[in-house]
Amino acid sequence: MTTNIDKRGAGPVLDIDHLKVTFATDAGDVYAVKDVSLEVNPGEVVAIVGESGSGKTVTAKTILGLLPETAISSGAVLINGNNVISVSPAKLRQIRGRDVAMVFQEPSTALNPVFTVGWQIAEGIRAHAHGKGGRVSAKEAKSRAVEALRKVGIPDAEKRVDYYPHQFSGGQKQRVVIAAALALNPGLIVADEPTTALDVTVQAEILQLLRDLRDKYGTSIVLITHNMGVVADLADRVVVMYQGDVVEEATAKVLFAEPKQEYTRKLLAAVPHLGRNSASQGMTARAHQDRKVLVEARGLTIEYPGRLGSPGFKAVDGVSFTLSEGEVFGLVGESGSGKTTIGRAIAGLNRTTGGSLKVLDYEMLNLKERTFKPLRKEIGFVFQDPAASFNPQLTIGDCVAEPLIIHSNPTPAQARKRVGELLESVQLPASYADRFPHELSGGQRQRASLARALILNPKLLIADEPTSALDVSVQAVVLELFKDIQEEFGFAALFISHDLAVVDILSHWVGVLYKGKLVEQGLGTQVMGAPQHDYTRRLIASLPVPDPDEQAKRREANRSLLAG
Amino acid sequence: MSSPTTVEPAADPRASLFRRLPVISHFHKSVGLQRGMLVAGLVLTGAFVLTAIFAPLLAPYGYSQLSDADGSFPAQQAPGGKHLLGTTVGGYDVLSRVIWGTQTAIMVIVVAVLMSIFIGVILGLVSGYIGGWLDRILVVIADAIYAFPSLLVAIVMAIVISGGQSSLLGGIMAAAISITVVFIPQYFRVIRSETIRLKAEPFVESAKVVGASNIRIMSRHIYKNATRTLPLIFTLNASEAILTMAGLGFLGFGIEPSSAAEWGFDLKQALADTTSGIWWTGVFPGLAMVLTVVGLTLMGESINDLNDPRLRGRKKAASGKGGPDSNVAAQAGIQAEVSSS
Repeated sequence: MTTNIDKRGAGPVLDIDHLKVTFATDAGDVYAVKDVSLEVNPGEVVAIVGESGSGKTVTAKTILGLLPETAISSGAVLINGNNVISVSPAKLRQIRGRDVAMVFQEPSTALNPVFTVGWQIAEGIRAHAHGKGGRVSAKEAKSRAVEALRKVGIPDAEKRVDYYPHQFSGGQKQRVVIAAALALNPGLIVADEPTTALDVTVQAEILQLLRDLRDKYGTSIVLITHNMGVVADLADRVVVMYQGDVVEEATAKVLFAEPKQEYTRKLLAAVPHLGRNSASQGMTARAHQDRKVLVEARGLTIEYPGRLGSPGFKAVDGVSFTLSEGEVFGLVGESGSGKTTIGRAIAGLNRTTGGSLKVLDYEMLNLKERTFKPLRKEIGFVFQDPAASFNPQLTIGDCVAEPLIIHSNPTPAQARKRVGELLESVQLPASYADRFPHELSGGQRQRASLARALILNPKLLIADEPTSALDVSVQAVVLELFKDIQEEFGFAALFISHDLAVVDILSHWVGVLYKGKLVEQGLGTQVMGAPQHDYTRRLIASLPVPDPDEQAKRREANRSLLAG
Repeated sequence: MSSPTTVEPAADPRASLFRRLPVISHFHKSVGLQRGMLVAGLVLTGAFVLTAIFAPLLAPYGYSQLSDADGSFPAQQAPGGKHLLGTTVGGYDVLSRVIWGTQTAIMVIVVAVLMSIFIGVILGLVSGYIGGWLDRILVVIADAIYAFPSLLVAIVMAIVISGGQSSLLGGIMAAAISITVVFIPQYFRVIRSETIRLKAEPFVESAKVVGASNIRIMSRHIYKNATRTLPLIFTLNASEAILTMAGLGFLGFGIEPSSAAEWGFDLKQALADTTSGIWWTGVFPGLAMVLTVVGLTLMGESINDLNDPRLRGRKKAASGKGGPDSNVAAQAGIQAEVSSS
């Protein structure tokens, strides 16, 4: 163990030595972090990657001493010679902010909505003023907050320092959070999934900002993420964690080029890579056009009513497309683009307000639940969050059988048999019918959800971000399954996702939505390979690919595009 | 991590049915002070229920008995001898009145809480799920009832229902219905807000998408999920029911002493005794009330704390022996643990 007393010297900024963290839970002790040792040198970006439950977030929280009371940690976490685990609370407060700061995942909840951002950035400055004998004047605190905002590239910082969080966009809020972390110029920033809640184009900006910080100010960054693209884009060194242990540690280049451990190889192989494994590979024209059209939108408009006096919000604005039998239509867009609204409108969960939307020849503009109900058995729906889309009080068997019971009134034995068949076809043992949803893992739940959507053999399946709540290795398995089942059952599918690479794997035809408008549609290979619309180009350029060298080239090539 | 072959994280290791019963599972989950609170509440409540059930065996005399083979009971006799807790000014045996009083109390609790749960839950479900003008009207009515002091409403109801005084059944029904009227808004509110929350949950939407009818969604999907907090409100309201009942009796709107024993009525009768140094007529019914209410409240509060993982105390994790051979089940639990912190 290096005992490094001199500040910001040549030694590591952070030295974690044989860290163990144990939680007391109802199910007994849980060893979240079993034995983790790592070092972070000045000016280095170290990424800790792993799937959910790997202990990466717990490790990050330990660095700042943010673990809940039920946790017990042992080992050493040295920051500038102070062991965070054993120091007094007063000392820990001094270390936080001054030596190490944190950037949280969700910028809209990390900021307090009732204070100005300037006040919040200055909070850290004021908290650390007492140690230096005296208070910081309001004027000085503000000027330092302005300086911090300028550092993170917020334009017009003098004015915007007095803004409240809601006056910033998501990406700008994350910049403000980073500014607050930077206020005292700490040597180390711990960023816990800093871009996960952001759209991919905004993510590219934040990653660029973090890179600039490292280059300009020599700040070390511990980056916690599950996104291999982000790792490839930013990290110098990568630590792969699995179930509380460090599986592999290597520089980013080496890790991506020649992963040594089996787990790392599997993890990397599961990451969807844009332009590989496309569903529309080799196609030249749109498939299935000779078949019946199931969904037809003509100038579809969906408007959410505004508050009194203010005009409504147009979530979908004049969108036209068709979806034929047996075809997989991929709908891509960022948050707020209206992709989910379209999916929900097709399923009759949202009302359309203009244009025409024909689903199985039923005009959705004058939707009546009674007349639409018979058609519902032709439509399956897979929801985003598999944990929330099952009634926690019912068994998986009951949940999967529900559409069957509603539409065909089978005997319990028939229903059971059919549920068993369906579960087998989504590669779950039929015995799982007796389990409760919380007894299944995320991937298994999503497969059960697929089984429920398919139990009536629908003509049309709507999948709304079905894999975005899953770990990447689970996602790969579910996508593979989805593809196989689609080929087997031959249903038409509307596949909605924010992830271009995922959409490309499944969809024959891809539509890109931007602010409620369908800006581009075409074959997956065409849209991804030769995008026509500016927005699509920006979207594709922003998507980090899981390969450091290729990503560095892409970054250079797209610099001008991303800046615009 | 989740190929079908891996051992599943069995989050609920199928414990025996007995261990999964509400109060018993809570007992096993609890540690330290919370367990103490729960046990104290359980003991007091248990004693209360048992006394009510075995009142005919426990009570030395009837609730309205004024004499036995040896002649009339003396009035205002100090505790001791034939009358363990003394007699009242009317010549009733205090111990017997206290014991028989538990029966009246439990009947009022059961009738009042059951009625208010049924009506409150149904109204809450319908109002929350259907929404619109029906919801608005029901909420306004509920709020209006809230705005009245609950005892005042209960008095008005008691007068309306039974003209103030009545027999055992009439008295209990009067007390119970008047309490019901006060409690319905509480259940209504709780169930309605839960329903509104659940209405937006994906599993309700997924039922809608497959074409489930509104009644089916309400009864199968929302009802079970919305009523999970009810046992808690039940225990807390039970104690409030006793107090309201006693308040009615104390003010003279309760049950005649000849039709049933009622603590509130006894307290009222004891009021005049206090100044003359006769303490036993007031202290014992009062004590019975306090102990019952404390018992129910302790039970309700500790169940509330134990239901909330953030408030629930746990045994400290054993430090030092960082055995990494944790079981898979525990490993899965960490996700929830981390994300909730």
